[in-house]
Amino acid sequence: MSIVTVQLGQCGNQIGFEVFDALFIDSHCPQRLSSKRENEAYQASCKERFFSEEENGVPIARAVLVDMEPKVINQTLSKAAQSGRWKYGQHSSFCQKQGSGNNWAYGYSVHGPRHEESIRNLIQKEVEKCDSLSGFFIIMSMAGGTGSGLGAFVTQNLQDQYSNSLKMNQIIWPYGTGEVIVQNYNSILTLSHLYRSSDALLVHENDAVHKICAKLMNIKQISFSDINQVLAHQLGSVFQPTYSAEGSFHYRRNPLGDLMENLVPHPEFKMLGVRNIPQMSENSLAYSTFTWAGLLKHLRQMLISNAKMEEGIDWQIRPPLPGLPSLSKMSLNKELHFNTSIANLLILRGKDVHSADLEGFKDPALYTSWLEPVNAFNVWRTQRAFSKYEKSAALVSNSQFLVKPLDMIVGKAWNMFASKAYVHQYTKFGIEEEDFLDSFALLEQVVASYCTL
Amino acid sequence: MVTVRRSALAQPCDGKLFPEPGEVLSYGSDLRQRRDLRSPRPLGELRSCARGIQRRRGFLSALSGQRCSMTQSVIVQVGQCGNQIGCCFWDLALREHAAVNQAVLIDMEEGVVNEILQGPLRDVFDSKQLITDISGSGNNWAVGHKVFGSRYQEEILEKLRKSAEHCDCLQCFFVIHSMGGGTGSGLGTYLLKVLEDEFPEVYRFVTSVYPSGEDDVITSPYNSILAMKELNEHADCVLPIDNQSLFDIISKIDLVVNSGKLGTTIKPKSLVTSSAGTFKKWQEKPFDAMNNIVANLLLSLTSSARFEGSLNMDLNEISMNLVPFPQLHYLVSSLTPLYTLADVNVPPRRLDQMFSDAFSKDHQLIRADPKHSLYLACALMVRGNVQISDLRRNIERLKPSLRFVSWNQEGWKTSLCSVPPVGHSHSLLALANNTCVKPTFVELRERFLRLYKKKAHLHHYLQIEGMEESCFTEAESSLSALIREYNQLDATKSRPVEDLPRLSVAV
Repeated sequence: MSIVTVQLGQCGNQIGFEVFDALFIDSHCPQRLSSKRENEAYQASCKERFFSEEENGVPIARAVLVDMEPKVINQTLSKAAQSGRWKYGQHSSFCQKQGSGNNWAYGYSVHGPRHEESIRNLIQKEVEKCDSLSGFFIIMSMAGGTGSGLGAFVTQNLQDQYSNSLKMNQIIWPYGTGEVIVQNYNSILTLSHLYRSSDALLVHENDAVHKICAKLMNIKQISFSDINQVLAHQLGSVFQPTYSAEGSFHYRRNPLGDLMENLVPHPEFKMLGVRNIPQMSENSLAYSTFTWAGLLKHLRQMLISNAKMEEGIDWQIRPPLPGLPSLSKMSLNKELHFNTSIANLLILRGKDVHSADLEGFKDPALYTSWLEPVNAFNVWRTQRAFSKYEKSAALVSNSQFLVKPLDMIVGKAWNMFASKAYVHQYTKFGIEEEDFLDSFALLEQVVASYCTL
Repeated sequence: MVTVRRSALAQPCDGKLFPEPGEVLSYGSDLRQRRDLRSPRPLGELRSCARGIQRRRGFLSALSGQRCSMTQSVIVQVGQCGNQIGCCFWDLALREHAAVNQAVLIDMEEGVVNEILQGPLRDVFDSKQLITDISGSGNNWAVGHKVFGSRYQEEILEKLRKSAEHCDCLQCFFVIHSMGGGTGSGLGTYLLKVLEDEFPEVYRFVTSVYPSGEDDVITSPYNSILAMKELNEHADCVLPIDNQSLFDIISKIDLVVNSGKLGTTIKPKSLVTSSAGTFKKWQEKPFDAMNNIVANLLLSLTSSARFEGSLNMDLNEISMNLVPFPQLHYLVSSLTPLYTLADVNVPPRRLDQMFSDAFSKDHQLIRADPKHSLYLACALMVRGNVQISDLRRNIERLKPSLRFVSWNQEGWKTSLCSVPPVGHSHSLLALANNTCVKPTFVELRERFLRLYKKKAHLHHYLQIEGMEESCFTEAESSLSALIREYNQLDATKSRPVEDLPRLSVAV
């Protein structure tokens, strides 16, 4: 089954390019560990999901590019075409001239309705190219105007148009210290709307990825290109094909469906995060060897201490002892900064993948009480290695990891809203104070729900 | 004098990137039609008015890789000051990359326009679009606003409409004028209202040169106050400038240039005061150098809209992020660097120094003290080889020394444009919405009151039809209200920042 990707705004389009590139390059990486047959099946599966075939053999990304100003799309289209590896469809992009001015209201209330039909047609065309549709992957930022506002509108539209298909939104959480002054307003409006119309929100925080670039990749002058490539690597390790059952040569057919089934048991808890190990510069990689035990030990601690990378992990944080009544468990967890999970999906790729010991992830103490670990924890294994990593593990989790950042954004937006600053910029385009209040109420509810796990 | 010109921000939308050899793109009314073969719908005609192939080629070679047509702005240059700055702008814009477009020149005094028409920019303007009135405004806002406003409204509007029609997507009007005189101040602000009525969806950015204390125009306080009311009500964003600051910047550069330090040579083109390649002695034509600084400001303001970058910032984003309340739209600007050293033995200016300089008073285009006042919002528009980590590092470094209003503690808006200005490897424009503009307005009000109490020169204004004393009192109230808003914000400066109680929800 195929995934149709919708790239929205500058951020969405810049990231989208890196994602397709990472997927393509990985699927054509020379493989020593897997058999030829395995590798060919992997390539075919990746292609089915993300690329359609062109006459002269150059794969075309299953993507729709949308932006309200032309510069980024033009750049993205030429970068892909120049690479010679793959490209975007000739008529897969839609752009306007003026941008959304970082105004969520403009993206949602003006651009949305105005361009609804054109965008819908583009998506329809892409969907028709798929033999069978797994769902939509929508890449957008929260801080700007197009990705956030138009992204929310398009997602809502997809919910109406394709009610049987799944939608996963890849959201970029902005840096804590401003990229955009009104980013907190744009964020809360985006999140509250997506919470109603999307099936899952896969969140990447700029601050976290930035740290990975600085500490793990050792990049001195970090550019958005660097950040986007790390992000694409993480997404690739999640979305590339995996076996559907132990030892089978058949790859999973419904990536989005499988992800949702494993990770979103309840609609009130939709926020997913990705942790990936190992992650390092190519130079360092040549000199490193890994064991599954080591990788998984770090990954588990990253999960429970809410660390985003394998450096600087707080090893003091431990899961609480079993047998405690749930209320005191909650307050103890809070004190310990212990990150409780609802569900976890571990994706292992590479050498000796079947020898990995996963008991650490099956500990009930990691999870909230209303799901048995056997339901809350799942693992996918694939012999075929990912990118240049002989062994790699990705952990997609639905946990409390976003509570603090979400709480902060809501708090800052609330403080700004109380003074009514910038509100006139939104009411100008039909987003009223009640809409803000609705968003605040919904998100406070989400924060509270996650807090009481 | 009013000049209306569509800016160099337009780029052609082509199926191909370069014209065929021998293809002539003509000027004015003969427009060539092209279709964009890649977009789902035909994007529209190629609208470009270049005189001669030469300019066209230069423009296009800078455009390789650019295809889709983008937004345009129209520059409205009013009065002597406005037109001189405007012409510097075009000079520099051409240097950066631009095509020359249709222009409308409206002149109240023949002298200045004639000089322009004979100078190097003569190819740029179409003399058919000239509106001239010989007598000038006599440094009287009322003449500029009431008399010339109504007399020339239709004509100016006609030219504006024509210019706008030739734009694929008109985003912004840039009005350049001075506050202290008659035409720029009076007619310039009259046009703001006209633009608002006629093109309500197009932004109005105003670059206003404020009079200094030693201004030789006695009535400049009257003109300025009357103009301020219009700016309060009809401008989206105002960038106040004063001549003294520009003069100080020139003096600083001069000091470095003439300091005689061994091995220190300045790249002439990199001077923020220089015009198209020539290193003019600023003593001969001081205003040229000063005007170039303002022109550079406008170029940097529009750079992210014209060139690609990893974090774009369009003009509509400036207004969105920097104007938290409609009336508080006065932005203090600072530009760095002022020059680039050509000597390779001197280590290149550290990037971080550039950020520090942007927050130093030496680089501001208006005298004010933002560091000791309250920031409502701040934008950093970076050009050149600068990445996001450089930006973040410097924000973290500078933040502690700046005070932001309680509801906007992280009030930074940033952009990264890949293309630096000519002669530089990187540059930075900082725009601050800061209560430090208040003293400028307070001073203006005081000078006005001193004059008004004595009713000095008032009759020159009152004798104009439509002018009454209430115009003055209303203008003064408008300014006082603005000052009060800044005062209220300043009062919060010393209060501790507290989080407000949040909505409580049932779990």
